[in-house]
Amino acid sequence: MSQAYEISHLLAGVMLVTSFALLYQERVAAVLNAFAAQSITLALAVAWAAWSDNRPDLFITALIALTLKGIVIPVALHRTVARLGIHREVEKVVGVGAALMVGLALTGLAQALVLKVATGMASHAREDLALALAIILLGFLMMIVRRNAVTQVVGFMSMENGLILAATGARGMPLVVEVSVAFSVLISLFVFAVFVFRIRERFDTVDLEALDRMRGDGR
Amino acid sequence: MIHAYQLVVLIPYAAALIFVAVPGYRVGAAANVVVSAATFAAGLWLVVGERSVGDYAIVDEFNIVFIAINTLVGFTTALFSASYIGHEIETGRLSPSFVRFYHAMFQAMMGSMNVALIANNIGVMWVGLELATLITVVMVGLYRTPQAIEAAWKYFILASVGISLAFFGTILIYLAGQPALGEGVPAMTWSLLQAAAARMDPAILDLAFIFLLIGYGTKVGLAPLHAWLPDAHAEGPTPISAVLSGLLLNVALYALLRFKMLVAGQPAALDPGPVMVVMGLVSLIFAAFMLYQRRDIKRLFAYSSIEHMGLIVFAFGMGGPLANFAGLLHMAMHSLTKSGIFFAVGHIAQAKGTQRIAEIRGLSVTHPRLAVVFALAVLAICGLPPFGVFTSEFLILTTTFAREPWLALLPAFGLLIGFGALLMRLQDTMFGEPVGPAHHVNASSVPMMLHLLLVLAAGIFLPPVLVAWFQRAAELLG
Repeated sequence: MSQAYEISHLLAGVMLVTSFALLYQERVAAVLNAFAAQSITLALAVAWAAWSDNRPDLFITALIALTLKGIVIPVALHRTVARLGIHREVEKVVGVGAALMVGLALTGLAQALVLKVATGMASHAREDLALALAIILLGFLMMIVRRNAVTQVVGFMSMENGLILAATGARGMPLVVEVSVAFSVLISLFVFAVFVFRIRERFDTVDLEALDRMRGDGR
Repeated sequence: MIHAYQLVVLIPYAAALIFVAVPGYRVGAAANVVVSAATFAAGLWLVVGERSVGDYAIVDEFNIVFIAINTLVGFTTALFSASYIGHEIETGRLSPSFVRFYHAMFQAMMGSMNVALIANNIGVMWVGLELATLITVVMVGLYRTPQAIEAAWKYFILASVGISLAFFGTILIYLAGQPALGEGVPAMTWSLLQAAAARMDPAILDLAFIFLLIGYGTKVGLAPLHAWLPDAHAEGPTPISAVLSGLLLNVALYALLRFKMLVAGQPAALDPGPVMVVMGLVSLIFAAFMLYQRRDIKRLFAYSSIEHMGLIVFAFGMGGPLANFAGLLHMAMHSLTKSGIFFAVGHIAQAKGTQRIAEIRGLSVTHPRLAVVFALAVLAICGLPPFGVFTSEFLILTTTFAREPWLALLPAFGLLIGFGALLMRLQDTMFGEPVGPAHHVNASSVPMMLHLLLVLAAGIFLPPVLVAWFQRAAELLG
């Protein structure tokens, strides 16, 4: 049994590492690759949980994570960036060093918080929850410190990977599959927003600062 | 045997599917009104019918208040929407194919909100609220102007972050309930969680409530998480602004209050009251000051919604039967008055061809009927007697004063500041030399008058039946 925990632990740890990798990329293409790696790791983690806990419905969640977030969305975003030919560099509000330091602090906070609070839970579930919370907070951080619309979407999707990991770690939680489907709808809409609303068409940029200038009224 | 609680969900969803195929905006608009009336009838049936707790749905005194308001305002908004959309088609701002889509979305949104209100499961409630939010995001971007897309994008990002945090909170609630209820569906069922609240893990419950407060608080529009709200109100079609302010904020508040009941049921967990009092007061006072700098009439009333949601959260944070009663009453009054104001504002913006306050002058000369209704509605939201908003604000302030005299000064101060701003703007738009164009609008004043009359009636005489009902709901809140 302990081997099962070690493997799920390892996969969650790899996801956390990719969350940090997302923060220090210089190029949008590399951000997308790091995100694809994170999604594929998530798919493995969920599939492992499905197999070791004998919850076959989780295989659907794993499959969605693999195909939609591991392959389809990264490829689609790669093509968008290539076709629009803009902002191949990641635009930063905060530099890489500062972002990584804040990220470390957030990870520490997540560990301290969950390990201290959830004393009633089994230790392995507790550690998985702490890792998931760290991934969620890092996704949040990415949305704040990266300006470009594509990187913001990636930050949100990485946050959502953490949520799915947390939901999988909560043993016997119903609705995980349904919720992962609902989230996929949300994500598809995000990508749809970047694609179809054609923010670039209107503004010549997917830089959100340009959007801010279009505001009708002072804050 | 079909139940009323099934109808309030099934009617809108079925209609949404049918509306996609209905050509012609006149037919669509009429059908939208009929369907909303049917949902309202189902809502009324639910109010008079028996309370029940099932595997899927929960019907108690508390959520029926919300469903009644939801279906009523849904119905009147459909009425308003019919005349509003007619004008938008004439002026070419919307194309008929978009309107077909709009009607389907409107019903899907109503259905999703009712799902969130009626579900006996914290996960299903979350899904309902998420769906309703996504649909409003699409509706806010309906005009596809740069401003509308920016508003929709901002709403999308902030609401999604809120939704994600609320979902993490939901997972934590499930984990907190596990020791008492075991694995599986029971630990996500409202009625069972509520019964077992005292045996839930207090530390995890604390953490969960913080996430839920931030997550659902974003949707309630509490400062400092409110940034999406004014933009979303200003750039979308006005019927959506009315539904956002009047209903969607309430549904998010409903979720927050249910979780508050849960946390309050575990004495070892943190007391949610003071946190909510502080967040409510910050929103109230912040929004009151922000009212002065608004140049767009829909943004003005969006900030007024933040102000009033702040006051409502403050009242529920104070807790106790009287403050809860006042909070519920104020929520009902605010929903009716604010959506009524947006009905009037929608027609005013159409009449003047702009939403800029500086370009709206002398309404009392050019559009006297619209002006009178608008002025009365604004005076009502300002909290002047004899309207119902006065009653509820008075109750909130007096019950606070009786318990914490010094604390009562803060909401009173915020309300006075907001009062001044709204009165100043009202005078600007009502009087003076008319400027700019003055189009004729075929405004139906029925929905506005209906809301205003209800608020007036509540201010003059609250029927004992209603009082008893709200008191029972307030008791449930603890």
